[in-house]
Amino acid sequence: MTAAPATASKRRRGGSSTAHGARNRARGPRQSIMSRSAAMLIMGVFTLYFLTPIWWLLTTSTKTGGEITSTAPLWFTADSAETFLANLGRLFTYGDGLFGRWLLNSALYAGVGALIGTIIAAMCGYALAKYEFRGREAIFNIVLSGVLVPATALALPLFLIFSRVELTNTMWAVFLPSLVSPFGVYLARIYAAASVPGELLEAARLDGSGEIRTFFTVSTRLMAPALVTIFLFQFVAIWNNFFLPLIMLRDQALFPVTLGLYAWNSQISQIPELRSLVIVGALVSILPLIIAFLALQRFWSSGLGAGGVK
Amino acid sequence: MRAHYGKVTAAFAMISALALSGCSAGGDSTEAGAEAAPCEASEGPVTLNFTTWVPGMDKVVELWNAENPDIQVQVQTGPNGNSGTYQNFFNQIQAGNAPDLGQVEYDALPNFRVQDGLENIAGCEGVADAQDKFVDWTWGQVTFGEEGSVYAVPQDSGPMAMYYRADLFEAAGIEVPTTWEEYAAAAEQIKAQGSYITNFPKQDVNWFAGLVWQNGGQWFANDGENWDVNLTSPESEEVATYWQDLLSKDLVSTLPSFSDEWNASFNEGQQWTWVSAVWGATTLSDGAPDTAGKWAVAPMPQWEDGGETAGNWGGSSTAVLKGSDHPAEAAKFALWLNTDPEALALANELGGIYPAAKSATELEAFAGGVDYYGGQNIYEVFADASSNVDPDFTWGPTMTQTYTDVSDGFGAAIGGSGTLMDALENGQQKTIDSLKAQSIPVAE
Repeated sequence: MTAAPATASKRRRGGSSTAHGARNRARGPRQSIMSRSAAMLIMGVFTLYFLTPIWWLLTTSTKTGGEITSTAPLWFTADSAETFLANLGRLFTYGDGLFGRWLLNSALYAGVGALIGTIIAAMCGYALAKYEFRGREAIFNIVLSGVLVPATALALPLFLIFSRVELTNTMWAVFLPSLVSPFGVYLARIYAAASVPGELLEAARLDGSGEIRTFFTVSTRLMAPALVTIFLFQFVAIWNNFFLPLIMLRDQALFPVTLGLYAWNSQISQIPELRSLVIVGALVSILPLIIAFLALQRFWSSGLGAGGVK
Repeated sequence: MRAHYGKVTAAFAMISALALSGCSAGGDSTEAGAEAAPCEASEGPVTLNFTTWVPGMDKVVELWNAENPDIQVQVQTGPNGNSGTYQNFFNQIQAGNAPDLGQVEYDALPNFRVQDGLENIAGCEGVADAQDKFVDWTWGQVTFGEEGSVYAVPQDSGPMAMYYRADLFEAAGIEVPTTWEEYAAAAEQIKAQGSYITNFPKQDVNWFAGLVWQNGGQWFANDGENWDVNLTSPESEEVATYWQDLLSKDLVSTLPSFSDEWNASFNEGQQWTWVSAVWGATTLSDGAPDTAGKWAVAPMPQWEDGGETAGNWGGSSTAVLKGSDHPAEAAKFALWLNTDPEALALANELGGIYPAAKSATELEAFAGGVDYYGGQNIYEVFADASSNVDPDFTWGPTMTQTYTDVSDGFGAAIGGSGTLMDALENGQQKTIDSLKAQSIPVAE
């Protein structure tokens, strides 16, 4: 999961394979057929395990409320395409286009929140890695302990604090707590320590560059793979965040898509037509995550490779 | 209206423990029989916040806002009560920024009352006189039988009756059961045909409570000071033993209710009856579309031949939450919302609400036959049921906990370990423990 250990292991492999690399590659890996197929089998089972629910989501979103129970669960019906489009249409028109609003909110919370959160985490991690000052380790340890506290446990105290300053039921109530990422700080520090050479910073200072300018023009580029990782993690965490908005927000127009779908789902027994909307909505709501991963994956893996040949 | 219990509940249980410990430090949570505070109208225009989870309520409120420029209401819609909104109310009451009005189900009202989360609106204009406008038992739910107290305005109710497959009963030559004894006999005949008479839902403990309610049982009582917990009364035991017998003989299915497989089971004709509330009419027609026209509704089976009692499942009120700056205006709006014919009609159309107001029977929506039920006017049956619901049934202050514990026990009984009665005995003990843990006085 973390970029840093992956980089380290790559580096190790890169080092040891230089001698025999060419010959090994020509003859192919040495594993036996047995162990390879065992590995493939295990991976295949897990792939199936992870993809089946998404497949179900896809097929079910092409059905009307009644067809969900009366047709084969993992396959399409004869008029799937039309039903899917009709479902989509109803999804975006139900309740005066509420769902579109929720998607926008989520994009705003997750997009802007992850961006600013990444910058803050990067600066913090970078400072902890590259500057020596008193209490550095203490600060780092305190930040690290933040990783251990589940966000759920903080929701109620946060609510009481935000009530004091009358910020509950506003966008800020969800946005501000999303900006901090202890794990991001940890990752940024590890990565900055490994990938930003102190000599380079010295050189920049000799050339008359200020610390802030050096950070943005030199260091962030070197830390780019870590930053993309932090951004992705933060984006996914905020996008999937549910408990904090549940406690903070009363106004439907401020809900992120997770909370909105949850609210709909809790009303199915009264308004059964919501059943198919919740399913189509769930499908639509995971698309941005898939897009974010596919789009940023390139930077991510190329960055890992670049770190490997030092 | 229907309660959901799940993982979320567990998370809330943890959080509410935190909230409660904060609350009891606040002091007067056990104050009983408070005097009706003077309820004076505010000067100038006011804006009220109203949190509900009934779909379409914003449209109903638009009607009000158009006619009342000085009392504007803003609606917030969220997840249903037990899925988070109640916990939010408690947090907000504690933080002093709760909405003026909130939707609260009858079985959650005592919890709010015990934690001092409700404004007594008895002194507000028009409230005391409104009693006659509501079905008797719903009024009992919002006053807790306290003199000079009204804590909410009844909104909707869920009188129970029996949905049954008229076509299947007729084809098989089985009489439609009118007593529980006949119901059990019919269950055997239906099982012989490879189907089930109904489904026993382990998580719908409030449904089970509705059956006990019909039998004249009481789970809770409050004498103004102490709470009496009585999940194991003879009436309760009779109901539990009855269903245990059906379960042991495998005459009822045990699917999770409102799930896809549950819907499918109804849709495919595996289920012949469903003893359920009035709001179940749309659940059925939407979940089992292939059986349209084949259903009918009859009164609940009776414990005594010729009886007319009915139970209730669900229903909620519009409560004025503690800390509202404008209780008079809030009460005025709540009364309008739940008695005005136009508002009731729209709430029924958009939100599927079956009003607690007596005038509901005059609504056009309940006047004609329903095609899904073979053209029968099913609402006549439910209106009768509504007037036959015991008005004295009382919910306890920790229903979420009680439901969870009893539901766990029901699950175990279905799995073959223990009985439904064991589940109730365990629920009884857990409930008493939980009340004591919250310093709520319990009668021993």
